[in-house]
Amino acid sequence: MNYKLLINIAKSLLLARWKQTLVAAIGVTFSISMFITLLSFMTGLNDLLDGLILNRTPHIRLYNEIKPNKDQPVNTTAEFKDHYNFIRSLKSGGSRQEIYNSAAVLQALKNDQRVLGYAPKIFAPVFFNDGSINIAGVINGIEVDAESSYFHFNDYITEGTSADLNKVSNSIILGKGLAANLLADVGDIVQVTTSQGEQFPLKVVGVFQTGIQDFDKVQSYASIVSVQKVLGKTSTYITDIQIKLKDVKTAPAVAVVYADLFQLDALDIQTANSQFETGSFIRTLISYAVGITLLIVAGFGIYNILNMMIFEKMDSIAILKATGFSGKDVKRIFLLIALSIGFFGGLIGLLAGLGLSALIDQIPFTTASLPTVKTYPIQYNPLFYVIGAAFSLITTFLAGWFPSRKASKVDPVIIIRGK
Amino acid sequence: MSEKILEAINIYKEFHDPVTVPVLHDISFSINKGEFVAVTGKSGCGKSTLLYILSTMDTDYKGELFIDNESMNNKKEAQLAAIRNQKIGFVFQFHYLLNEFTVLQNVMLPGLKLNKYSAKEVEHRALEKLTMLGIEKLALKNANRVSGGEKQRVAIARALINDPVIIMGDEPTGNLDKKNSEIVFDIFKQLAAEFKQTLLIVTHDEGFAKKTNRIIEMEDGRIIN
Repeated sequence: MNYKLLINIAKSLLLARWKQTLVAAIGVTFSISMFITLLSFMTGLNDLLDGLILNRTPHIRLYNEIKPNKDQPVNTTAEFKDHYNFIRSLKSGGSRQEIYNSAAVLQALKNDQRVLGYAPKIFAPVFFNDGSINIAGVINGIEVDAESSYFHFNDYITEGTSADLNKVSNSIILGKGLAANLLADVGDIVQVTTSQGEQFPLKVVGVFQTGIQDFDKVQSYASIVSVQKVLGKTSTYITDIQIKLKDVKTAPAVAVVYADLFQLDALDIQTANSQFETGSFIRTLISYAVGITLLIVAGFGIYNILNMMIFEKMDSIAILKATGFSGKDVKRIFLLIALSIGFFGGLIGLLAGLGLSALIDQIPFTTASLPTVKTYPIQYNPLFYVIGAAFSLITTFLAGWFPSRKASKVDPVIIIRGK
Repeated sequence: MSEKILEAINIYKEFHDPVTVPVLHDISFSINKGEFVAVTGKSGCGKSTLLYILSTMDTDYKGELFIDNESMNNKKEAQLAAIRNQKIGFVFQFHYLLNEFTVLQNVMLPGLKLNKYSAKEVEHRALEKLTMLGIEKLALKNANRVSGGEKQRVAIARALINDPVIIMGDEPTGNLDKKNSEIVFDIFKQLAAEFKQTLLIVTHDEGFAKKTNRIIEMEDGRIIN
């Protein structure tokens, strides 16, 4: 098959009516660029909204729940083992929030291939003393480096830097609402009282803002060492381990394994935040639906223009057939025309989509809830471009298929005699 | 000199729309190599219809057709297209050049389609044909920028590009003035005389027909002479 010749003919037919070709190509360009922009923007927003909470949420959290001991002495006694024992006035044993043998647990996590990273944490409820007023709050003892790299801690710091928690001893980063209530600025000293009644001064080295008001009013962060000092505990004392997995989808399964392995409570992200997944799924679905609708509309545009072109080119088709081009050749020529409109229109559309996304990426977008977000969020995902390219070719091929078939069926005798 | 280029046996054709009307009855004749044949007859006698059947473009007929001793019956559309490409050259009443191409490209198209020679050789051959017809100066002009008489000569050059066994013309001079008609006729005459080119020309121009070797006269779908 002499494809070079067919390509040449298709090219000449295309260029002979370049204005029409341009209109058809612009239709594809427009829909592809809108498709790319829409998806990039929507998924960017999606990530942002999910990130609001999910960034700071570990995939699995290991901790000790305050609850009554399951193994009450009476149940373990041989004499009453087969009895049904009623125990009244049972109290939760608040004795140990500490994760027992934490060093061994952390070592096990370090060697686990499924784990991307982990950050140990101490959860310490305290009172912040402001003159005669006590404000209830929480100090989270964190390992600053791990917390920053796995849980985006730095993204939420509006004043100061998280690294100061390590550099300055007995330092603290307050939530924005908490800092406002305490009238504390960076450099000030705040007094905290532990639940055991110990008082301790801590230096404010930063302020953070998560965008969730109730959270910012009670939370604060200090280094693990500082919190251990405040609570008067040893250097192995931790109450939580936050785990980030390589594959978030495995979290529920892994959580069950860990709960059993470490004899701890394990909460996975899906159980803790199931509503987010539903929300982002629906939003993604909507953007794909709109994008594909745009492409189908562009396909109809191409269909129309090709139909018109075939009507105009009846004479040329007749002469091609009379001089020895078969119906198949004619069909290939018109399919080539359709595909090249799709290819070039789509290519420019991809570039325009990239440009438009980059432009939106520059538009200022400031919101109190997201201190580090300065412009509208855009996700640059190569997958969108692959889908866009594939769809532009598929829709133009389908849009070209029927007119091309029509062209291949043109009877040259009717055209030539009709003159 | 008895090599049959084209043979028609009992060709019968009817139109179905709106009612069934027979247009060709038992047409049988043959054309030998090198003959310059004119088919004449009044409008509506079926001469053009016959030509399109002989050209393999119209396949809706009864009877048998041989071109170059090869039966055209029961051939697929693509096969017939290949035969048209290789063995038949066309000249129509209305030039029918592709306006998107230059004169040279128009002439080259069937040659490129045949794909027997390289593009360079096809171009060379096309220029040869144009030179032979005295229009080599037009080679690089756009097809819609040349005059009617010139277009018809370009069409003849295109018909010749693949060295067809027969050239068919449907009123090739019907749309031209006297001077251009004569030029075109002289070309046909020259082709027949010098190159032993077989020609089958449908015309209602009596003067044109009289100057050919052989006249097939038709009336009401029958050959009468």
